[in-house]
Amino acid sequence: MKIRLMDIACTRSGDKGDSSNIGVVFEYNDVYNWAVDNITADVVKKYLNGIAKAAVIRYELPNLLALNFIIKESLEGGGSDSLLHDAQGKTHGQLLLLLELDVPESFCEYLYSFNDEYLRENDKA
Amino acid sequence: MGKIIKIANGQGFWGDSVDAPLELINNADINYLTLDYLAEVTMAIMQKQYNKSIDRGYANDFVDFIDQSMDIIFSKNIKIITNAGGVNPYSCAEEIKKRTTDKIKIAIIEGDNIIDKINEYIDLGVSFDNTDNGKSIKEIRDSICSANIYIDSFVVAEALKNQPHIVLGGRITDPGLIVGPCIYEFGWKKEEYQKLAAATVAGHIVECGAQCTGGNYSRWWENDDFTNIGYPIISIDEKGLFNVYKDNNTGGLVNKLTVTEQLLYEMGNPKEYLSPDVTVDFTSIKLNDNKNGVVSVHDVKGGNPTDTFKVAVNYLSGYKANGKLTITAPYAIQKAKKISEIILDRLKRKGVEFDDHRIDFVGYNSCSAETLRVDNNPNELTISISVKDRSKSKIEKFSKEIAPLITNGPPGITGFSGGRPKVQEVISYWPTLISKSMVETKVRIY
Repeated sequence: MKIRLMDIACTRSGDKGDSSNIGVVFEYNDVYNWAVDNITADVVKKYLNGIAKAAVIRYELPNLLALNFIIKESLEGGGSDSLLHDAQGKTHGQLLLLLELDVPESFCEYLYSFNDEYLRENDKA
Repeated sequence: MGKIIKIANGQGFWGDSVDAPLELINNADINYLTLDYLAEVTMAIMQKQYNKSIDRGYANDFVDFIDQSMDIIFSKNIKIITNAGGVNPYSCAEEIKKRTTDKIKIAIIEGDNIIDKINEYIDLGVSFDNTDNGKSIKEIRDSICSANIYIDSFVVAEALKNQPHIVLGGRITDPGLIVGPCIYEFGWKKEEYQKLAAATVAGHIVECGAQCTGGNYSRWWENDDFTNIGYPIISIDEKGLFNVYKDNNTGGLVNKLTVTEQLLYEMGNPKEYLSPDVTVDFTSIKLNDNKNGVVSVHDVKGGNPTDTFKVAVNYLSGYKANGKLTITAPYAIQKAKKISEIILDRLKRKGVEFDDHRIDFVGYNSCSAETLRVDNNPNELTISISVKDRSKSKIEKFSKEIAPLITNGPPGITGFSGGRPKVQEVISYWPTLISKSMVETKVRIY
């Protein structure tokens, strides 16, 4: 079943000096366990092509059902040094929510379904 | 039931809502109100203001807030803890007394600002090597514009022993604004790492204001009321068990996801979250969503802190400017590329090339880089062109080279209403360490 990360997780990103971090938070144990095996640092590095030019490191927080990705050297100096439009990586988390995933059919019951008609109608993706 | 204290945070950075602290002090049931005004670069901005005028260098929003809430601070006996003092807490305190009353008691924390002593320290042999890249401070010694130590939270507790209305510091850590009153109220000792860790986690959750109460939340459409978004409150007991919530009469929402998102904000290695008081293991944290807008936090583990304090040094490394022009279809991308080339070519003809430059098309790829596939040429986009150089005059020349394109470049350019791009200083951040034994902090009653 093809879904996007936003159907099973929340994210938040920010800066850590020259690197950004993206926290990914899941709601269910099954989904978290699947993500540990499937949303690897490599997957994130490949997807964030053009942003993750150096290493991506992943930390696991099983108690919180969360993964923390460090996107090394993604902010081109960071802070006041950076000429990037998003010098603090504030949008990296939103970008990761659009990651396409192929999850087991059984995840049907875990999918976050939002019922806002306006949002759905205006979402082309 | 043992003692419980309630602490709210009404400010996440300098520039955050001016209404949030007023809302909290007027309506929320709290014992302490903390206000965090500082980020790394804020110290450099404040130091620059101070260098221009010795009665500046602090967050003046804070003085306005005290001016508006004086009566309530006295009548409700809510204590205010803040880092609004920046690089000049004395002038901040003086201005508060001038604007309000002499009866207000302010405990000033000093010792974090080492700008006047940094050369002395270097001569004494403190290396101040950059903790990110290992470089020697000698490379930037002559361009340093601010230097502040992230001091521990026990000095905040010391300050509270004097029964002040306000504890006013400079570079207290953000979570320290919360940890300090817990140490004071519960008499926690330096070795009580689990409790210090719990309070540090509480501080981390609330330090960015509404970012744990529905602000920046991925499922933003669940938040029915951003207009009157509530700022966070924690209630904490002697053991360090705490709840996160907000005042019921405000907007926003608190649940497991809003709190967990914020727990991960600006997180490095979650097993080693370093504060001057304790090393916290964020993987130990357990949350319980009570489903009524209250999230309980327990089982936080911590260990001994390092024997160094973090020091934030800022230095002037050059100049930069950013120019923007909006381009419309047809051929928006092709025109935008051409326009960007023209600007850089014209400067090159005059012998002006930059240490660094960057061209982004806002509305097309400025945040997503090559991650998202873009099939269609957009109807419109904004060119954002940035340059950086050690030479100020080169940046000034760049600033004059944007507007002419409107009449002497390709057609369909607009959005040049703000005047020539402003030449800005580039203040670079130099993270480093100092041995705790070399630092002396003090409390002075004003």
